[in-house]
Amino acid sequence: MNALLTVKDLRIAFPSRNGPVEVVRGVNFTLGRERLGIVGESGSGKSQTGRAILGLTPSPGLATAKQLEFDGIDLRQASPATWRSLRGARMSMVMQDPKFSLNPVMTIGRQILEALKFHGRESRAASKARAMAMLEAVHIRDPERVFRAYPHELSGGMGQRAMIAMMLVSEPDLLIADEPTSALDVTVQIEVLRILDNLVSERGMGLIFISHDLRLVSSFCDRVLVMYAGKVVEELRASDLAKAQHPYTQGLMNCLPKIEGGARPLPVLQRDAAWAT
Amino acid sequence: MGNVMIDINSLDVTFRRGRDVVRAVSDVSFSVTEGECFGIVGESGSGKSTVLRAICGLAPATAGNISVNERQLSRPRDAAFYRSVQMVFQDPYASLHPRHTIDGVLSEPLAIHRFDRAEERIENALRDVGLGSDFRFRYPHQLSGGQRQRVAIARALILEPKVLLLDEPTSALDASIQAEVLNLLDRIRSERGLTYVMVSHDLAVVAHMCDRLIVMQHGRAVEELTREGLLSQSARTDYSRQLLAASKGYSASSPQQV
Repeated sequence: MNALLTVKDLRIAFPSRNGPVEVVRGVNFTLGRERLGIVGESGSGKSQTGRAILGLTPSPGLATAKQLEFDGIDLRQASPATWRSLRGARMSMVMQDPKFSLNPVMTIGRQILEALKFHGRESRAASKARAMAMLEAVHIRDPERVFRAYPHELSGGMGQRAMIAMMLVSEPDLLIADEPTSALDVTVQIEVLRILDNLVSERGMGLIFISHDLRLVSSFCDRVLVMYAGKVVEELRASDLAKAQHPYTQGLMNCLPKIEGGARPLPVLQRDAAWAT
Repeated sequence: MGNVMIDINSLDVTFRRGRDVVRAVSDVSFSVTEGECFGIVGESGSGKSTVLRAICGLAPATAGNISVNERQLSRPRDAAFYRSVQMVFQDPYASLHPRHTIDGVLSEPLAIHRFDRAEERIENALRDVGLGSDFRFRYPHQLSGGQRQRVAIARALILEPKVLLLDEPTSALDASIQAEVLNLLDRIRSERGLTYVMVSHDLAVVAHMCDRLIVMQHGRAVEELTREGLLSQSARTDYSRQLLAASKGYSASSPQQV
């Protein structure tokens, strides 16, 4: 399997009063056409890693890497024009909360068509047909209504699906999903995951799934990176999560309450200063 | 088991605005004995938080009875009620006043209810939730999410209530911090014999904490379950079974239609 994305020694630093603070410190991974999970607690640098791949590190942060390559294109030297041709068309990102990431004064339909207008050379009618097909593909029951609706007229689950439709309508090769289901109810969550799952297996898309939910990631992804304090402390096959070697991964697994009952009090994660070095 | 602490009988909460009528809760009944931890599980919009808000008077009960400690509740609730029933809210980032120090947050309920020895009580409350006295003069923005939630719990406990209403107390926290807060709540309950009503969308959290629970959907209680019943998979309704399956994680094969 040839790599779709290669990341070597990715570092992201933010300037502070006491010199630059590195929030991501030397992350390496390659991604094929598979589902890769990135798990970690808040502040572990998982979202910043995802954003850096799209060149979206918020200023004044600075992302550097020894290698950052997407399908043979060196992203470190990419010009604004190169970025425009990649973002949205070949790689796109689904954000956590549809309430904040959809444009509130544009209908869903216009937002989807906008994505197509920049990247495709189709007629309006063909674009619209494609947008409607995509809304159907993400299991929206009444695509005609949703197409005309404004974001506030949709529920959280619908908004998130519309957002996924928007990101996928240009058929990207790489999708970065940053906590795409955290704001959703569990049963809706599973539906959204099923949509993503089908896209990976049918279109051969690469997916980076960023989440804090270890249980969800282990059941959904092929491979998992566990991040702690800006570093990948462990990389393993999702099916082997129960055999995790690193005490941090083990601690994260054990501190989850289980329906089958378990230890009371719950085991608490004992942090070791050595993990961060 | 002790006597009945909270008794709710066919509670209705209906919101009206103009021609719109929203039946947020309809015909929900349950009772909680003293010292028990009772859970309410459901998805967003199922009315689970509204039940809690109706108990403490933040939402209007349009029909039905609520009694706490064998007393019908007055409207508005009197001071004695708030001394015995306290609530912990979901989002510790929103529930603490950003311009009040922790000391201010904790001394306000003491002043309202005219408690004596405020100094000593604040120190004790902070120690009970595992925060040292050096947190006392900090502002909420200087605290992490887990620490803030501990402050919110300390604020509820400082009036020595008998009942704690917990509205998603850990859903804004990381898994490792969630474990610490759940352990804290568990310890305090066994030390003080408190009664909890806990609302959560996370079945695993409720199953860990509570002996009995109800599952809510569209404002109705669809099923009441014990922890053992949950374990032995004896959930009767489709909806409870769906929730149970969904909380186990993703599987490509399982049928899923809501």
